[in-house]
Amino acid sequence: MKKVINNAEQVVEEMLQGVVLAHPQYVKRVEGFDVIVRANSPVQGKVALVSGGGSGHEPSHGGYVGRGMLDGAIAGAVFTSPTPDQVYEAVKAVDGGKGVLLVIKNYTGDVMNFEMAAEMAEADGIKVAKVVVNDDVAVENSTWTTGRRGIAGTVFVHKIAGAKAEKGADLAEVQKVAGKVIANVRSMGMALSPCTVPAAGKPSFTLADNEVEIGMGIHGEPGTHRETIRTADETAEHLLNKILADIAVAAGEEVAVMVNGLGGTPLMELYVVNRKVAAILGAKNIKIAKTYVGNYMTSLEMAGFSITVLKLDSELKELLLAPADTPALVQF
Amino acid sequence: MANINAAIEVLAQAIIANKELLTDLDSAIGDSDHGINMARGFEAVRAKLAAANSGDDIGAVLKLIGMTLISTVGGASGPLYGTAFLRAAVAAQGKTAIDTDTAAKMLEAAIGGIKDRGKAVRGEKTMLDALEPAYAAFVQGMAEGQALPACLSLATAAAAEGVEYTKTIIATKGRASYLGERSIGHQDPGATSSYILLAAVTDYAKANA
Repeated sequence: MKKVINNAEQVVEEMLQGVVLAHPQYVKRVEGFDVIVRANSPVQGKVALVSGGGSGHEPSHGGYVGRGMLDGAIAGAVFTSPTPDQVYEAVKAVDGGKGVLLVIKNYTGDVMNFEMAAEMAEADGIKVAKVVVNDDVAVENSTWTTGRRGIAGTVFVHKIAGAKAEKGADLAEVQKVAGKVIANVRSMGMALSPCTVPAAGKPSFTLADNEVEIGMGIHGEPGTHRETIRTADETAEHLLNKILADIAVAAGEEVAVMVNGLGGTPLMELYVVNRKVAAILGAKNIKIAKTYVGNYMTSLEMAGFSITVLKLDSELKELLLAPADTPALVQF
Repeated sequence: MANINAAIEVLAQAIIANKELLTDLDSAIGDSDHGINMARGFEAVRAKLAAANSGDDIGAVLKLIGMTLISTVGGASGPLYGTAFLRAAVAAQGKTAIDTDTAAKMLEAAIGGIKDRGKAVRGEKTMLDALEPAYAAFVQGMAEGQALPACLSLATAAAAEGVEYTKTIIATKGRASYLGERSIGHQDPGATSSYILLAAVTDYAKANA
């Protein structure tokens, strides 16, 4: 294992210290916890948004703490859901009296830990609502599985529900629009190379030189299958077709697109993918209202990418295009 | 059992010694952190018990363990094992020694906690596939009039079979469920850690009978 770290056990703590030192205009630390919140938290009279998960997905989720997106983010151990006491502290730190929406990615551990935290906060009289993001079409959604995983589409939930909260909506309205995003967002990814959890010290899986894993999760969980690497265009087309097979987008409808790097993919390659995504959507006369290309939901140093498509209506579009000012996403 | 703190130390040692095994099992079908998380949790349990000096009240010790696991393990195993220990604590409240009957009640309560929190049943490739047969074997041993160490031995043997059984089934709960049929052939890390805990308790009970 070759990493720029001091001590595998201290990675999350030292990262959080670095985040706060880098972005004091945006965020502060909840002392004693692996929680960062807006520098001006709690924002009175606004529904607060809290998300979090295992670390290793930076800039998710701490990078999205700021005006127009999240109020607080909890950093679990690498690839491990944060514990209920940590989530509970985040909720208490950001509640401005209008309640708190928890944005949870659909993993067994995340759902359990956030639910326990919600119970603790509700016992204190804080209004808590939650949504569970499950955008990954690689995973079959059936009663026989835990359900689809939450991956890069989560960033669209932060953006849109965050904008709704900023406009003064109440907790039920913010939860409702978050649910609308979840109902209309789909993603799928692929990996060229594995990543190494610092405390594990070795890669979580191996791929041959010419081999890729299609449908790879953001924690190194195996995907749907392995295949010999194809061109960027062929791979993009395969992933996008799986997405469009799952959510009907008619000619003339509008979408937002995210081409997300998993941490070890050059932006050059992400733009190559985006070119093909835009071409396919253009040929179907699907309009792209906004495109995001970059590292939004990573998996340590994994090479690979995911494509996310969010189908927009006028409400979602307006909220997506609303301003945001956070360490990892700024738009005017 | 002679001393709850000594027994817990044996549990902690067993988990920490198997950190790599549990993580390796998890990397095959999960997200490669089960051993790391469990070892971190039991290191914290060790530190908390040493600092708290909570005496021999088994319920109090188990409650402290449950709270510590919930706040340090993370993932799914933190809430699941944490809830299991909290429920077992209720069953053992005020006790300073454990007889066969109390042990059965603790095991039953712990399993109930895991089912409530995880919304899982036996046959889904989870820790329940080790724990439920273990409980059944324990109760059968008790009905036959066997002593606590013998009942625990039966339970551990049944858990070992349960772990083997997890290799033959498809995961339908937890992160391994995403693999569908590809999860067959792999041993469930959660069932394995449950077996390790039971085996450690058994070893302790036998040595201190």
